[in-house]
Formats: sequence, C-alpha cells, structure tokens
Amino acid sequence: MKFDTPATTNPIDRLKVVGQPLDRIDGPHKTTGTAHYAYEQHEAAPNHAYGYIVASSIPKGRIKGIDLTRARRAPGVLAIVTAQSAGKLGKGKFNTAALLGGPTIEHYHQAVALVVAETFEQARAAAALVKVDYARTSGAFDLRAAVASATKPKDEKADTAVGDFAGAYAGAEVTFEGRYTTPDHSHAMMEPHASIASWTGDKLTLWTSNQMIAWGAGDVATTLGVPKENVRLIAPYIGGGFGGKLFVRSDALLAALGARAARRAVAVTLPRPLIFNNTTHRPATIQRIRIGATKDGTITAIGHESWSGDLPGGKPETAVAQTRLLYAGANRMTAMRLAVLDLPEGNAMRAPGEASGLMALEIAMDEMADKLGMDPVEFRIRNDTQVDPENPERPFSQRQLVQCLRTGANRFDWNKRIIKPASTRDGRWLVGTGVAAAFRNNLTEKSGARVRLDARGRVTVETDMTDIGTGSYTIIAQTAAEMLGLPVDRIDVHLGDSSFPVSSGSGGQWGGNSSTAGVYAACVKLREAIAQKLGMNPDDAVFEDGNVRSGQRTESLTGVAKGGDIVAEDSMEYGDLGKRYQQSTFGAHFVEVGVDAATAEIRIRRMLAVCAAGRILNPKTARSQVIGAMTMGAGAALMEELVVDKRLGFFVNHDLAGYEVPVHADIPHQEVVFLDETDAMSSPMKAKGVGELGLCGVAAAIANAVHHATGVRVRDYPVTLDKLLGEMPSLG
Amino acid sequence: MNDFSKWKFTRREVLKLGAASAGALAAGSLPAAQITDGGRKPVNASVAMDVNGTPQNVTLDTRTTLLDALREHMHLTGTKKGCDHGQCGACTVIVDGRRINSCLTLAVMHQGAKVTTIEGLGTPTNLHPMQASFVKHDGYQCGYCTPGQICSAVAVLDEIRNDIPSHVSADLTVKAQFTTTELRERMSGNICRCGAYSNIVEAITEVAGSHA
Amino acid sequence: MKPFSYERATSPAAAAAAAARTEGAKFIAGGTNLLDLMKIGVEEPMHLIDLNGLALDTIEATSDGGLRIGALVRNTDLAADQRVRRDYGLLSRALLAGASGQLRNKATTAGNLLQRTRCPYFYDTNQPCNKRLPGSGCAAIGGSSRSLAVIGGSASCIAVQPSDMAVAMRVLDAVVETVRADGQTRRIPIADFHRLPGARPHVETVLERGELITGVTLPKPVGGMHIYHKVRDRASYAFALVSVAAIVQKDGSGRVALGGVAPKPWRDEAAEPYLPQGAKIFTAHLLANATPTGENAFKVVLAERTLHAVLAEAKGDAS
Repeated sequence: MKFDTPATTNPIDRLKVVGQPLDRIDGPHKTTGTAHYAYEQHEAAPNHAYGYIVASSIPKGRIKGIDLTRARRAPGVLAIVTAQSAGKLGKGKFNTAALLGGPTIEHYHQAVALVVAETFEQARAAAALVKVDYARTSGAFDLRAAVASATKPKDEKADTAVGDFAGAYAGAEVTFEGRYTTPDHSHAMMEPHASIASWTGDKLTLWTSNQMIAWGAGDVATTLGVPKENVRLIAPYIGGGFGGKLFVRSDALLAALGARAARRAVAVTLPRPLIFNNTTHRPATIQRIRIGATKDGTITAIGHESWSGDLPGGKPETAVAQTRLLYAGANRMTAMRLAVLDLPEGNAMRAPGEASGLMALEIAMDEMADKLGMDPVEFRIRNDTQVDPENPERPFSQRQLVQCLRTGANRFDWNKRIIKPASTRDGRWLVGTGVAAAFRNNLTEKSGARVRLDARGRVTVETDMTDIGTGSYTIIAQTAAEMLGLPVDRIDVHLGDSSFPVSSGSGGQWGGNSSTAGVYAACVKLREAIAQKLGMNPDDAVFEDGNVRSGQRTESLTGVAKGGDIVAEDSMEYGDLGKRYQQSTFGAHFVEVGVDAATAEIRIRRMLAVCAAGRILNPKTARSQVIGAMTMGAGAALMEELVVDKRLGFFVNHDLAGYEVPVHADIPHQEVVFLDETDAMSSPMKAKGVGELGLCGVAAAIANAVHHATGVRVRDYPVTLDKLLGEMPSLG
Repeated sequence: MNDFSKWKFTRREVLKLGAASAGALAAGSLPAAQITDGGRKPVNASVAMDVNGTPQNVTLDTRTTLLDALREHMHLTGTKKGCDHGQCGACTVIVDGRRINSCLTLAVMHQGAKVTTIEGLGTPTNLHPMQASFVKHDGYQCGYCTPGQICSAVAVLDEIRNDIPSHVSADLTVKAQFTTTELRERMSGNICRCGAYSNIVEAITEVAGSHA
Repeated sequence: MKPFSYERATSPAAAAAAAARTEGAKFIAGGTNLLDLMKIGVEEPMHLIDLNGLALDTIEATSDGGLRIGALVRNTDLAADQRVRRDYGLLSRALLAGASGQLRNKATTAGNLLQRTRCPYFYDTNQPCNKRLPGSGCAAIGGSSRSLAVIGGSASCIAVQPSDMAVAMRVLDAVVETVRADGQTRRIPIADFHRLPGARPHVETVLERGELITGVTLPKPVGGMHIYHKVRDRASYAFALVSVAAIVQKDGSGRVALGGVAPKPWRDEAAEPYLPQGAKIFTAHLLANATPTGENAFKVVLAERTLHAVLAEAKGDAS
C-alpha cells in the first residue's frame, strides 16, 4: 500500500482499541521471567557452548602476533577464532570499524579473538591465556585538540545558509554567543549485547539482541560473505537498545564464527566492562551558537556550528539539525565539522543529533532570554514558525510547540516564577526552575506485516519489527484488533524474526507509527480477503464486535477461516508527503531542581513534559517512553560522561559503577501531558514518533533550572557540582 | 608528548624491567614467557539448595556464580545478567529471605540455602501481586531489569516491615516508614535504563498500601 | 578467572593457618568485592576459604560499655542494630550511605574494611597500575583522577579507599581484632589498620599473610551529634566524592574524618582542637598537605563546604 495522499477517515479512527491505555500484552511474561531474551535459548539451542571475547588492550596499532598455545590447551576449549583463522570477512554496511580486529587495531577493546569452550567459566579462563603482542601507534583522542584538523564531512548537508547570517548578526540590536560541550555518552542498556549462533549446513540461525532485524541479517551475511537468505535472525525480546543495537556487533559475528569453528551452537555476550569501548557511543560535541535579535526578542540571525569526531570513515554527530527548523529567523546558518579520532566508533544513540544539539541550543535560548530580559517561555513563543524557516513554502504538517509551552507553563505554575536567579531557598536547597523546547523530526519507513485469520477466529500478526521496550507488541495488537473489530486478546503478535516480512525496525522514533502502518496495510488486505471469501463487498464491509457486516448480513469472524487460514501480507510505503510537509514532533520540558547550598549537589524535584506527537496509539506505553527519555535526559544533564584518557586512548569509566546513569533516587514523580493531535500527513495511523522526543531538551531544561537556582551557568555537560562550587555563594 | 616509557602495560614488561634493573634476576623471571600449559584444571564441587521450592543438587565448577548456576545450569533465565559486577541489580534474587546480587556470590557458598527467583513468585496466569502491579502501572519497558526490580521490591517491603533503616530515614530511632522517598532510596540498587522509575515506585506503593 | 579450590573454614584460627599455608589462598565472606575483581582478573586466587560458616556474626556488648561486632556481621544487620542506631548513629548512617540494599545484605564488616579502591586504572588490567601490578606505573596521575585522592597519596598511587563504614569507624576509634596464622590474636587500632601507599601501594593494610579479621570493637559511646554526610553526583548507589563523618559535642568540640579524599579514612586528631573555630580553619589544618590534581582540586573546597553544612546541622541550624 502506498501512502501518498493525506489520510482520511479509516477504521483506526474508531479508537475502540487504538488510543486506549492498555496494559502491555507481553507484561505477564516480562514480569515472571518467562520472556526469553537472546542469550536465554536453552530450548531452541540446547547444549550450546560458550564463547568469550578477547579484546584489544591498545587503542591503535597492530597485532604483531597471537600465541594461542596455552589457550588451546586450556580445559574445555573447543575452538578459537581470530581474524587470521576467520578467513576473509566483509564489513557490514552499517559498521565503521571492523567487528573482529587484526592485524590492524582501530580502537580500544576491539575484539581480536573468541575462545569457545564447554562452559562459560572455561571460556573466560582460556580467553585470559590468549597472548597478543601489540605494536602501539600514536592516535588522536582529544576532540578539542583535533578541532583544528576537522574537515567538512562528505555525504551530509554539512553547511546550510539562508539570508545573510553574518551581516544580520553583526547588525543585530542584541546578540549572544555561547560555546557548549557535550561528552561522549553510552547507551548502557540493561541487557548486554548477546547472541547465540547455530549452523545447520550453510544456514545460520542467530538469536541476537538487535533493533533492526533486516539490517542485521544483511550485515551478518555481508560480513560472513554468505547469501542473505542463509541468515536467520531471531530477536523476540530486546533488553534495551537506544541505538546501541541498531547494528550488528561483535557478539553476533563472533558467535557465528565460533559456532562454525566449533561445529556447535555458541553463545556470546559482551561482558559489561567491554561494552563501553567495544561498541558504539554518542560522540562528544563542541558547539558554538550565535543568536541575534531585536530588542523585543525577535530573532533575526541564528547560527549553530558543531564539531565532533569519529574513526576514519565515520560520521558527524548532527547536532545542528534542529536549529534549521525550530525557530524563526530570516538569516541563518549551520555547519558541522568532523575530526578523525581513534576512539571507539561513534554512532547513533537515542535522538542522534537533536539530543546533543538541544542540550546546547536550549541553554543558548535561555541565555539570550536572560540578555533580553524576557521570560524564556515567551522568548521561544515569540520565535515560533509554522513553516520551514529555510523554505517558507513548506509548512509543518502539525506544529503545536506554542501550545506545549503554554500548557506546560500553566501546569507548572510558571507564572509564579521569580525571574531573578538564586532567589528561592527551601531549607538547605537553592531552588530553581527551567524550561526547554523539545523537537525531533518524524520519520516514516517502509514496513511490512503478514496477518492470518485462523479457524478459531484468532488473528496472528507476523513482522520482523522489534519491541525494545517501546510497546511494539501491544500497539501492533491494538492496530490489528481495531482493523478487524476484535478484542485485543484475540490477536497474537510475533515479532523479531527475519523469516517474517521486513518492517521499519526500531530506530529514529519511526518504529511505532511505521510498523503499525504496515500492519494496517496488511489488515486492509486481510479485510478484503475475508470479505471476498464471504462474498461481501470489501468497500462496505464493517468489521466490528467480532463480526463482519455488509448490508443486512452479519458473519462472525470465528468460523470464516474454518476451511483454512486466510492470510494477507502487505507493506506501507511512503510518497512525498514527508517532503512536501515538514513532519516533526514537539514538546516542552519544565523542571524544578534543588541545589545544595553547601555541596552544590543537584537533585531534581519536579519534571513535566508536554508533547505533541500525533495520535498517541497507547497512552500508557507512550507515556512510559517519555518518562524513560526524561530519565535519560536527567542522566545526560547531571552525570553521564564517558571519560576519555587522552593519553592512553580509551573510555576510562567502562562499567556501570564508573559510568553513572540515574537510579531510582534521582528521579521524582514525572508528569507527561499529550496534546490532542492527529497528523493526517504521517500515515493512516495519524501517529508520529514519541520515543525520542521525550529526551530532546530535557538536559537543557535541567541545566537552565540549575542556573536559575544558583545563578551559575554551566556550559559543559554534565552539570556536576565541581563546576558549580567555585561560583556558589559563600557560606559565611 | 606522551612519555609511554614511564609505564609498563603487562606483567612481562614489568618482569623484564626487573631483570634489567636488578641485573641478576635471570632465572626467576624468564619462565613466565615460556609457560605453555593450559592452566589449572577446573575444580568441581557439589551443592544442594532449594530453588523456588524445588530441591536442586548440582555439581559445579567452583567458579560458577549463583547467577550462572540459575541461568545456565538450572535454566531459570528469569534472573538476568546485566553487568555481572553488582552494579545494576538485574540479578537480584531472594536468598534465605534477603535480596542479594546473585552475580557476586558463588553457587557453592549456598549449601542448604532457600532461593527465590522471579519464577518462584508467580506465573503468567497466576501473577504475584507485585508482578500484577508492575503490569498495571507499566513499571517496565524492555523488561530486562524487571525480574530484579520485582524481587527487590518484594524484599524491600519486608525490610521496611522488619525495621531496617535506610539512608533517607530521618530518625534512626523510630521505625522505618513506607514512603516514596524510602522506596526510591531502597530501590536504587536496581537500575532501569529505560527509565521506568516513576511507574515502578507507583507499582510498589500500591502493593505496599494494600499490605501496610 | 582461574580455577580455584574451595574449602569451608571450621574455625578462625584454622582458617588463618590454612590461608598462610596454601599458596594463592584468599578468604571469602560476602564476596561482593572479591568476585567482582576476580571476574576481571585483578584478583586471581588459587584457593578460596569460605568463612561464612564461622560463628562471627553477632554483635555483643563489651565489658567496658562498648560493642564487639563480629567480622561476618552483614552491613544491613550492623546498620539496623538498635544499639548501633542509638549510640553509634554515625556508623549506621555511613553503612546506609554505601552500596545498595542487595550489597549490604551480603557484605560483611571485615570485608568492608578490606574493600579495594575503585580507581578505574586499577580496574583495567590493560593499564599501568602500581597497586595491581607493582612497578608498572600509575596511569591515574595525569589521567582521569576526579574521584581520586587529594591527600595521603604518593608518586606511585593516588587511589582512594572507598569504604564509608571505615570512615565512621575511624571517628569512633574502632579496634580491629585478628587472629594470625600461628593462632595469636592481636588488636589493631583503626588508625593504624590501613597503610598509606608510599612506594608500595599494593600493600594496603598491616595484616600479615593469613591473618584473619575476627571482629571490630567500638569503645563505649561518646555521645554527641552523629552525622555522616556523603556527597556524590548520583543520589544513591555511588561512591563518595567526599564524605564527612563527624561527632560534634554541644560545646562545638568533636571528631571528624573524611572519606573519598585519601587512601584511608582521613582524620588528624591534631587538627580537631580547631573544629570549634569552624569549617574553614579546621579544614585548612586537616588538609594542609593536600596535593590535589587539576581534576580533583574541587574536593578540598567541597570538604570544607560539606563540613560547614555538618557543623550547621550539629548546631541544629538546618539551613
């Protein structure tokens, strides 16, 4: 099915099931330990062996030699894989660095060998006996130092310009310039990357924790040099991804190679201390923002530049992206520069681009509002635009940023705020509030599904879509239920298997809308097939309350398929509505923090997000996406930083004690409001993404609240007490 | 720029330096480079424990953690391995009435222990009240930390009932209270990267309320 | 992790003798730190002596009005003990500020005293670290040192002792009781228990080969206001950037030790007469010899400001 004209009324609009806050259908399994993740396939892959990865101890250089003598003789060892023994390997389309290093070493903790043994304990012990001789070469590990050598990246819209930014900025009544930094971030999902591989002849089955099944199957095939149809990926449950599992990682490749070498199914998981340097991360940025405005706060010039680094062949963090669309202003520019760094591979993490970009832009907006003497909410509202500011012919499909800000301000009692910083005290706490806009583009991806009505009147949906905690199982069941007029408990959903139709997968907050639109398309076909079978006119057949009705005739869906399953498959593809209309999601974050007057410890007291993101398919799971993203934003604001050792070339704090993410005690009750919205330009579901929107801007709202509490402006994330102490009021 | 010569990165380099600087240390340090055996043989030990009401008698490599014994030997994979280092709480189980990180204890250290895992609390068709409350309040997303959160939550309510204080208890001389601040502090050893904390606390609060 | 043999100890003296006799032997009790380090190859015992069956898990009153805490008393039980809560609130507070509920249920009193540093270079066997591999150098100096020592370190090591409990015990003048391999017992004042790194950072305590901690005694209570103030980025489940353990008497006199700043709980009795003069003057004395790195110089300021808050709290001035 092709979606190339705005959606009109369709069965989803009935909202009997879709739009309802249903409990997750996978909930009883997740809460009882009966949801089996990639490494938990004792039934499907019995008697598997265990692989343990040997990782590079240097960040850059080459392997002079590997001595496997001791490891081979270690108890229980079945096979050892190295780049030398693996034979020729390709490189996946989505990988920058090789998943199995050697002889060249591209980054710290790059995998260089896999030891396969009977037990996990034996594999781990034998891996420690692999002796690798390295020749270390010098590398570039310091982004700040590499800025001078940064170049304009290829294949990206690296530079944009509209009007005369330089002239307008120079001539503006009020100007502001700020420099900001964001550190490298780790996804730190709770389930480590894990895979079990099993070969039958030349066919590979890989249970793996991966967000994008089709990409993954393709890249496994490319890397191994086997036909894609010989690779089956299965990922029924994924213990978090956040972009870290968009691409095939070393666990999957090495499980496959290990299983081939050992002639046995092999399970490989990345030990937690390896994940931070072995896998990808959100790259650090240095950003410069310049804003020029009239005295009344109308932006006349806005410029945003960003520098980031990556391995050779890598990509920039697109931190300027939102600045092209978020605020009005006749004269504008953005620029990105990319430096070569020999740190581990930078790549997508939840809301790539916007998450980092808004961390800077939304502080800059706060600082400019300060300079103008304006309320920061009003300053943002003043500069709203309903059209693409680079191309005013092109409207937004929906844009309720102003409503988000106003609704949030009301709910948060923003009008009671004392504008002057460091004005409110509650016992030992200096109290402040902050606001930031949230913005993330809505993307649509082709997505397919197969639906089957069986003799019992149950419907089964199959698609290679993944549920990474997003609620895919549930919203897909809701979609099928709505389309076929069935209760949700008559729908079975099977996900995450490359033998199912290719879906959008989970990434870029496109999965919810795109995958359900694919299910919609398949259900339209199934409705036609059912109607046809019953001799009804598909155009006037109504699917409702377990029946299909046409004219005076009503038939129960139980029984229609007595003679055999009725199966339909289709996918949703998109025309140019995304080009003709700018499709984005919007929100506003309001945060209250307390800063300890003595120690400068920062604790969040209140959080509110107001979101406008199209139709909300399930308010319960969508709200969870937003509070989860707000929590991740709290981490980005206050604690998360992969610390780079610029001499030794690695992320130092490579475990969950060193890389702190928020815990229960950091997070207060969180409030989320979804504005009533449907977006007929996005899909027949009229939904948009929401999973990343919730992260965008949160960190800046917190940083702004810290400034409001203390009067101290921190422009280098994370905002930690050591950056405040020097300017905190003296204690007398 | 970097003076790498001030550092030694491996035991071999340190030994080499020792030999060079001490001049005469020849015999003691050289064999390190020549060892070619596969290391010591694993040591096995038997252990008997009660897991979710079922007696388990297993013979295990002494290196096997309680977590790996549950997951890899008893195939009770509901208990999760998030970090294997006591830094996340996904492996939380209840042993002899107390919640612990099963990753940081050896199976052989639990002779005669009574172990309750997530599988022992309830089943999909017969949920424990805490499991049902997590479903109702959407106290999870990806589900990977969830068994640990639930085991921890069940034990936390017992800890408060048993008057074990916490970091946020205002007065150590009065009995511990059921408050959201207390729950947040006590649950802080269970990390949820999906960020379901706000919902988890609501789920636990509801169960606490019906039992308080 | 290398294979190791395993035995269950039958008595403290026998455990000590076995540990001295057996090559590569280590005691295991809670295991929360030892197993963590064994998994990454920092610790490589060949033999483990499991102490958990020993009857060292009680807290008893001593004849001089103090408490004797068995080595195996779990952190949770020590923190929850009514006598500790009433008379040694500082200790209860310090324990509860550390780790997580799960870890406190396992971790023991003796094990807590023997916790090894969280320095990230110590934790990574690919990096130089004199504590882990004597003679390899210290990568923390000039590297990532935000969490590391500002005082008491050396050119060989600037690691921090991470225990919260030990800081409280230092203020309480606890005494560590041990049994040696030859069956002799001894009592080690907590002040002498941890060593400063000097040129031998791998030697962290004065314990001899095989020597086993059997308990910790606390002298009789000294009254006063007990405060343990731990400062960290994350609100819970994190090690201290700085912690202040204090007992402050009504007249403003008192005792103070700092955590998070040194290779051992940092207390200087000679500085304590300055405590009534306030945080600034006292801290100037306590940290007079501080040699922070650029990354952790803030700890000196933070220690003073935290102590300021502690003294205000002791005075009953919540703000």
